[in-house]
Amino acid sequence: MAFKPVLDNGVYLRDSVQTAAKILVVGHFAVGKTTFISTMSEIPPLRTEEVMTQASAGVDDLKGTPGKTTTTVAMDFGRLTLSEKLVLYLFGTPGQQRFVQVWEDMSRGALGALVLVDPDRLEESFPVMDLVEHYGIPYAIAVNRFGDTSHHSDKEIREALDLLPETPLVNCDARDQRSSANSLITLVRYLQSRLN
Amino acid sequence: MTTPDDPELELEAAPLVRAYVITNGRSLPADDEFSLITLVTAAQDMPPTGQLDPEKRRLLDLCSGGYLAVAEIAGHTELPVGVVKLLLSDLTQAGYLYTRAPVPPAKLVDRRILEEVLHGLQARFG
Ligand SMILES: Nc1nc2c(ncn2[C@@H]2O[C@H](COP(=O)(O)OP(=O)(O)OP(=O)(O)O)[C@@H](O)[C@H]2O)c(=O)[nH]1
Ligand SMILES: [Mg+2]
Repeated sequence: MAFKPVLDNGVYLRDSVQTAAKILVVGHFAVGKTTFISTMSEIPPLRTEEVMTQASAGVDDLKGTPGKTTTTVAMDFGRLTLSEKLVLYLFGTPGQQRFVQVWEDMSRGALGALVLVDPDRLEESFPVMDLVEHYGIPYAIAVNRFGDTSHHSDKEIREALDLLPETPLVNCDARDQRSSANSLITLVRYLQSRLN
Repeated sequence: MTTPDDPELELEAAPLVRAYVITNGRSLPADDEFSLITLVTAAQDMPPTGQLDPEKRRLLDLCSGGYLAVAEIAGHTELPVGVVKLLLSDLTQAGYLYTRAPVPPAKLVDRRILEEVLHGLQARFG
Protein backbone atom coordinates (compact mmCIF):
# COMPACT_ATOMS: atom_id res chain seq x y z
CA MET A 1 0.00 0.00 0.00
CA ALA A 2 2.17 2.81 -1.25
CA PHE A 3 1.63 6.16 0.38
CA LYS A 4 1.50 8.99 -2.10
CA PRO A 5 2.07 12.11 -0.13
CA VAL A 6 -0.10 14.90 -1.47
CA LEU A 7 2.46 17.59 -1.12
CA ASP A 8 2.86 20.93 -2.81
CA ASN A 9 5.97 22.01 -4.60
CA GLY A 10 8.43 23.59 -2.23
CA VAL A 11 7.88 21.00 0.45
CA TYR A 12 11.37 19.61 0.09
CA LEU A 13 14.62 21.36 0.77
CA ARG A 14 16.98 22.24 -2.02
CA ASP A 15 19.51 19.47 -2.59
CA SER A 16 22.31 21.94 -1.98
CA VAL A 17 21.29 22.53 1.67
CA GLN A 18 23.97 21.11 3.94
CA THR A 19 23.26 22.62 7.30
CA ALA A 20 20.19 23.04 9.48
CA ALA A 21 20.03 25.50 12.35
CA LYS A 22 17.34 26.06 14.95
CA ILE A 23 15.99 29.09 16.80
CA LEU A 24 13.26 28.82 19.43
CA VAL A 25 10.27 31.15 19.51
CA VAL A 26 9.02 30.98 23.07
CA GLY A 27 6.47 32.71 25.24
CA HIS A 28 3.43 32.24 27.39
CA PHE A 29 -0.02 31.18 26.26
CA ALA A 30 -1.46 33.14 23.31
CA VAL A 31 1.43 35.61 23.08
CA GLY A 32 1.83 35.16 19.32
CA LYS A 33 4.25 32.23 18.82
CA THR A 34 2.19 30.53 16.12
CA THR A 35 1.52 33.85 14.42
CA PHE A 36 5.22 34.69 14.36
CA ILE A 37 6.13 31.32 12.88
CA SER A 38 3.40 31.51 10.23
CA THR A 39 4.53 34.99 9.29
CA MET A 40 8.14 33.94 8.80
CA SER A 41 7.85 30.40 7.44
CA GLU A 42 8.24 29.53 3.75
CA ILE A 43 6.15 26.39 4.22
CA PRO A 44 2.74 26.10 5.87
CA PRO A 45 3.65 25.64 9.54
CA LEU A 46 3.74 22.06 10.74
CA ARG A 47 3.22 20.53 14.16
CA THR A 48 5.10 17.83 15.96
CA GLU A 49 3.79 15.83 18.84
CA GLU A 50 6.09 14.77 21.62
CA VAL A 51 4.79 12.10 23.94
CA MET A 52 6.08 12.88 27.39
CA THR A 53 6.20 10.57 30.33
CA GLN A 54 6.19 12.37 33.61
CA ALA A 55 6.09 11.40 37.21
CA SER A 56 2.62 12.25 38.37
CA ALA A 57 1.99 13.99 41.62
CA GLY A 58 -1.52 12.77 42.29
CA VAL A 59 -2.66 9.49 43.82
CA ASP A 60 -5.17 8.74 41.08
CA ASP A 61 -2.65 7.21 38.72
CA LEU A 62 -3.56 5.26 35.64
CA LYS A 63 -4.30 1.67 36.43
CA GLY A 64 -1.18 -0.43 36.24
CA THR A 65 1.19 2.43 35.66
CA PRO A 66 1.81 3.82 39.11
CA GLY A 67 3.64 7.10 39.27
CA LYS A 68 3.65 7.75 35.53
CA THR A 69 1.38 9.67 33.22
CA THR A 70 1.83 10.55 29.60
CA THR A 71 0.98 13.85 28.00
CA THR A 72 1.30 14.99 24.45
CA VAL A 73 2.92 18.33 23.80
CA ALA A 74 2.33 19.89 20.41
CA MET A 75 4.86 22.30 18.97
CA ASP A 76 4.52 24.18 15.76
CA PHE A 77 7.43 25.06 13.59
CA GLY A 78 8.34 26.71 10.32
CA ARG A 79 11.22 26.80 7.90
CA LEU A 80 13.32 29.47 6.23
CA THR A 81 15.90 28.58 3.60
CA LEU A 82 18.49 31.30 4.05
CA SER A 83 21.08 30.37 1.47
CA GLU A 84 21.96 27.61 -0.97
CA LYS A 85 23.48 25.74 1.93
CA LEU A 86 21.65 26.76 5.07
CA VAL A 87 18.14 26.25 6.39
CA LEU A 88 16.76 27.75 9.59
CA TYR A 89 13.94 26.13 11.55
CA LEU A 90 11.83 28.15 13.97
CA PHE A 91 10.26 26.12 16.75
CA GLY A 92 7.42 27.49 18.85
CA THR A 93 7.87 26.17 22.35
CA PRO A 94 5.23 26.45 25.06
CA GLY A 95 6.30 28.31 28.15
CA GLN A 96 4.70 26.24 30.87
CA GLN A 97 7.00 24.80 33.50
CA ARG A 98 5.44 21.37 33.23
CA PHE A 99 6.97 21.00 29.77
CA VAL A 100 10.54 20.87 31.09
CA GLN A 101 11.30 17.65 29.26
CA VAL A 102 10.43 19.29 25.97
CA TRP A 103 12.63 22.23 26.86
CA GLU A 104 15.55 19.97 27.48
CA ASP A 105 15.17 18.50 24.00
CA MET A 106 14.48 21.81 22.33
CA SER A 107 17.35 23.71 23.88
CA ARG A 108 19.91 21.20 22.62
CA GLY A 109 21.47 22.59 19.47
CA ALA A 110 19.42 25.80 19.45
CA LEU A 111 21.30 28.93 18.45
CA GLY A 112 19.12 31.00 20.75
CA ALA A 113 15.57 31.96 21.63
CA LEU A 114 13.28 34.84 20.86
CA VAL A 115 11.07 35.43 23.90
CA LEU A 116 7.75 37.01 22.95
CA VAL A 117 6.23 39.10 25.72
CA ASP A 118 3.00 41.06 26.03
CA PRO A 119 3.63 44.16 28.15
CA ASP A 120 0.12 43.99 29.57
CA ARG A 121 0.77 40.48 30.92
CA LEU A 122 4.40 40.63 31.96
CA GLU A 123 3.99 38.38 34.98
CA GLU A 124 2.88 35.60 32.65
CA SER A 125 6.34 35.67 31.11
CA PHE A 126 8.15 34.88 34.36
CA PRO A 127 8.00 31.06 33.99
CA VAL A 128 9.34 31.34 30.43
CA MET A 129 12.17 33.57 31.57
CA ASP A 130 13.02 31.02 34.24
CA LEU A 131 13.15 28.27 31.62
CA VAL A 132 15.44 30.08 29.17
CA GLU A 133 17.72 31.07 32.03
CA HIS A 134 17.70 27.57 33.48
CA TYR A 135 18.71 25.98 30.19
CA GLY A 136 21.23 28.72 29.47
CA ILE A 137 19.68 29.61 26.13
CA PRO A 138 20.80 33.05 24.96
CA TYR A 139 17.75 35.16 24.17
CA ALA A 140 16.34 38.46 23.01
CA ILE A 141 12.98 39.91 24.07
CA ALA A 142 10.41 40.72 21.39
CA VAL A 143 7.65 42.92 22.79
CA ASN A 144 4.39 42.04 21.10
CA ARG A 145 2.07 44.98 21.80
CA PHE A 146 -1.54 43.89 21.60
CA GLY A 147 -2.80 47.40 22.13
CA ASP A 148 -0.65 47.92 25.22
CA THR A 149 -3.28 49.97 26.98
CA SER A 150 -0.93 51.27 29.66
CA HIS A 151 2.00 52.08 27.32
CA HIS A 152 4.75 50.43 29.30
CA SER A 153 8.14 51.89 28.50
CA ASP A 154 11.08 49.69 27.55
CA LYS A 155 12.65 50.63 30.87
CA GLU A 156 9.64 49.39 32.82
CA ILE A 157 9.63 46.14 30.87
CA ARG A 158 13.34 45.63 31.45
CA GLU A 159 12.91 46.17 35.15
CA ALA A 160 9.89 43.90 35.43
CA LEU A 161 11.66 41.09 33.60
CA ASP A 162 14.94 41.80 35.39
CA LEU A 163 16.91 41.88 32.13
CA LEU A 164 20.65 42.28 31.88
CA PRO A 165 21.65 45.58 30.23
CA GLU A 166 23.01 43.72 27.19
CA THR A 167 19.85 41.69 26.57
CA PRO A 168 18.20 43.10 23.45
CA LEU A 169 14.62 44.27 23.66
CA VAL A 170 12.82 45.00 20.42
CA ASN A 171 9.25 45.84 19.48
CA CYS A 172 7.60 43.28 17.26
CA ASP A 173 4.30 42.76 15.51
CA ALA A 174 4.16 39.02 14.92
CA ARG A 175 1.69 39.55 12.08
CA ASP A 176 4.18 41.67 10.16
CA GLN A 177 7.01 40.01 8.28
CA ARG A 178 9.43 42.92 8.34
CA SER A 179 8.92 43.46 12.02
CA SER A 180 9.29 39.76 12.82
CA ALA A 181 12.40 39.45 10.65
CA ASN A 182 13.85 42.47 12.41
CA SER A 183 13.42 40.72 15.79
CA LEU A 184 15.25 37.68 14.49
CA ILE A 185 18.04 39.86 13.10
CA THR A 186 18.33 41.57 16.49
CA LEU A 187 18.62 38.18 18.19
CA VAL A 188 21.26 36.91 15.76
CA ARG A 189 23.34 40.11 16.09
CA TYR A 190 23.25 39.64 19.85
CA LEU A 191 24.31 35.99 19.52
CA GLN A 192 27.25 37.15 17.41
CA SER A 193 28.24 39.79 19.92
CA ARG A 194 28.41 37.14 22.65
CA LEU A 195 31.10 35.28 20.72
CA ASN A 196 33.44 38.25 20.63
CA MET B 1 -3.46 -2.95 33.09
CA THR B 2 -4.11 -0.68 30.20
CA THR B 3 -4.71 -3.00 27.30
CA PRO B 4 -5.62 -2.13 23.74
CA ASP B 5 -8.61 -4.47 23.82
CA ASP B 6 -10.39 -2.48 26.50
CA PRO B 7 -12.65 -0.40 24.25
CA GLU B 8 -12.92 2.55 26.63
CA LEU B 9 -9.21 2.90 27.08
CA GLU B 10 -8.51 2.22 23.47
CA LEU B 11 -10.09 5.46 22.37
CA GLU B 12 -8.08 7.61 24.71
CA ALA B 13 -4.83 5.74 24.35
CA ALA B 14 -5.10 5.23 20.59
CA PRO B 15 -2.08 7.30 19.53
CA LEU B 16 0.11 5.72 22.16
CA VAL B 17 -1.03 2.21 21.38
CA ARG B 18 -0.47 2.91 17.72
CA ALA B 19 3.04 4.11 18.48
CA TYR B 20 3.61 0.97 20.52
CA VAL B 21 2.47 -1.30 17.72
CA ILE B 22 4.45 0.51 15.04
CA THR B 23 7.66 0.18 17.01
CA ASN B 24 7.00 -3.42 18.02
CA GLY B 25 6.89 -2.34 21.62
CA ARG B 26 10.48 -1.18 21.71
CA SER B 27 11.17 1.79 23.87
CA LEU B 28 11.67 5.03 22.04
CA PRO B 29 15.25 6.18 21.57
CA ALA B 30 16.35 8.97 23.85
CA ASP B 31 19.69 9.09 22.08
CA ASP B 32 21.10 11.78 19.88
CA GLU B 33 21.19 9.82 16.67
CA PHE B 34 18.46 12.01 15.20
CA SER B 35 17.62 15.51 16.29
CA LEU B 36 14.53 17.40 15.16
CA ILE B 37 16.60 19.12 12.49
CA THR B 38 18.63 16.22 11.18
CA LEU B 39 18.05 16.26 7.41
CA VAL B 40 16.99 12.99 5.83
CA THR B 41 16.40 11.70 2.30
CA ALA B 42 15.93 8.34 0.59
CA ALA B 43 19.11 6.62 -0.62
CA GLN B 44 19.77 6.69 -4.37
CA ASP B 45 20.15 2.94 -4.70
CA MET B 46 18.25 1.36 -1.87
CA PRO B 47 17.63 -2.26 -0.99
CA PRO B 48 14.30 -3.82 -2.07
CA THR B 49 11.36 -2.38 -0.14
CA GLY B 50 9.01 -5.36 -0.47
CA GLN B 51 9.56 -6.57 3.07
CA LEU B 52 9.09 -3.22 4.77
CA ASP B 53 6.03 -2.70 6.90
CA PRO B 54 3.54 -0.06 5.75
CA GLU B 55 4.63 2.66 8.18
CA LYS B 56 8.24 2.40 7.05
CA ARG B 57 7.21 2.33 3.40
CA ARG B 58 5.19 5.44 4.03
CA LEU B 59 8.17 7.25 5.55
CA LEU B 60 10.37 6.14 2.70
CA ASP B 61 7.90 7.39 0.10
CA LEU B 62 7.78 10.74 1.82
CA CYS B 63 11.58 10.89 1.97
CA SER B 64 12.08 9.98 -1.67
CA GLY B 65 11.10 13.46 -2.88
CA GLY B 66 14.14 15.20 -1.39
CA TYR B 67 15.59 16.28 1.92
CA LEU B 68 13.33 16.97 4.91
CA ALA B 69 14.10 17.56 8.58
CA VAL B 70 13.03 14.90 11.08
CA ALA B 71 10.48 17.37 12.50
CA GLU B 72 8.96 17.85 9.04
CA ILE B 73 8.65 14.10 8.57
CA ALA B 74 6.84 13.90 11.91
CA GLY B 75 4.65 16.83 10.91
CA HIS B 76 3.65 15.40 7.52
CA THR B 77 3.01 11.89 8.81
CA GLU B 78 1.38 13.04 12.07
CA LEU B 79 3.39 10.47 13.99
CA PRO B 80 4.98 11.29 17.35
CA VAL B 81 8.57 12.47 17.02
CA GLY B 82 9.94 9.58 19.08
CA VAL B 83 8.31 7.03 16.80
CA VAL B 84 9.58 8.77 13.69
CA LYS B 85 13.12 8.83 15.07
CA LEU B 86 13.01 5.12 15.76
CA LEU B 87 11.67 4.22 12.32
CA LEU B 88 14.19 6.50 10.62
CA SER B 89 16.97 4.95 12.64
CA ASP B 90 15.97 1.46 11.43
CA LEU B 91 15.69 2.63 7.84
CA THR B 92 19.05 4.37 7.94
CA GLN B 93 20.81 1.35 9.40
CA ALA B 94 19.28 -0.84 6.71
CA GLY B 95 20.60 1.45 3.98
CA TYR B 96 17.35 3.06 2.85
CA LEU B 97 18.10 6.60 3.96
CA TYR B 98 20.90 9.17 4.00
CA THR B 99 21.18 11.77 6.71
CA ARG B 100 22.86 15.12 7.08
CA ALA B 101 23.64 15.71 10.69
CA PRO B 102 22.81 19.07 12.26
CA VAL B 103 25.47 21.51 13.24
CA PRO B 104 27.90 20.41 15.94
CA PRO B 105 27.70 23.02 18.68
CA ALA B 106 31.31 24.14 18.33
CA LYS B 107 32.10 27.82 18.72
CA LEU B 108 33.83 28.15 15.38
CA VAL B 109 30.97 26.56 13.53
CA ASP B 110 28.46 28.73 15.40
CA ARG B 111 30.24 31.85 14.32
CA ARG B 112 30.05 30.88 10.67
CA ILE B 113 26.45 29.81 10.96
CA LEU B 114 25.36 32.97 12.73
CA GLU B 115 26.97 34.98 9.96
CA GLU B 116 25.12 32.96 7.33
CA VAL B 117 21.83 33.30 9.20
CA LEU B 118 22.27 37.04 9.52
CA HIS B 119 23.18 37.52 5.88
CA GLY B 120 20.31 35.33 4.80
CA LEU B 121 17.77 37.25 6.88
CA GLN B 122 19.09 40.60 5.74
CA ALA B 123 19.14 39.59 2.09
CA ARG B 124 15.57 38.43 2.28
CA PHE B 125 13.88 40.84 4.62
CA GLY B 126 16.32 43.70 5.16
N1 LIG C 1 -2.31 42.86 18.11
C1 LIG C 1 -1.56 41.77 17.90
N2 LIG C 1 -2.16 40.55 17.92
C2 LIG C 1 -1.39 39.47 17.74
C3 LIG C 1 0.00 39.57 17.53
N3 LIG C 1 0.51 38.32 17.43
C4 LIG C 1 -0.53 37.47 17.55
N4 LIG C 1 -1.69 38.15 17.74
C5 LIG C 1 -3.00 37.53 17.95
O1 LIG C 1 -3.00 36.90 19.22
C6 LIG C 1 -3.70 35.66 19.19
C7 LIG C 1 -2.83 34.52 19.71
O2 LIG C 1 -1.73 34.34 18.84
P1 LIG C 1 -1.03 32.92 18.62
O3 LIG C 1 -0.02 33.13 17.56
O4 LIG C 1 -2.03 31.85 18.42
O5 LIG C 1 -0.33 32.71 20.04
P2 LIG C 1 0.48 31.44 20.58
O6 LIG C 1 1.58 31.98 21.39
O7 LIG C 1 0.83 30.54 19.46
O8 LIG C 1 -0.60 30.75 21.50
P3 LIG C 1 -0.55 29.30 22.17
O9 LIG C 1 0.09 28.37 21.19
O10 LIG C 1 -1.98 28.98 22.44
O11 LIG C 1 0.22 29.48 23.44
C8 LIG C 1 -4.14 35.47 17.76
O12 LIG C 1 -5.49 35.84 17.66
C9 LIG C 1 -3.26 36.42 16.97
O13 LIG C 1 -3.92 36.88 15.81
C10 LIG C 1 0.59 40.87 17.48
O14 LIG C 1 1.80 41.05 17.30
N5 LIG C 1 -0.22 41.93 17.68
MG1 LIG D 1 0.46 28.44 19.26
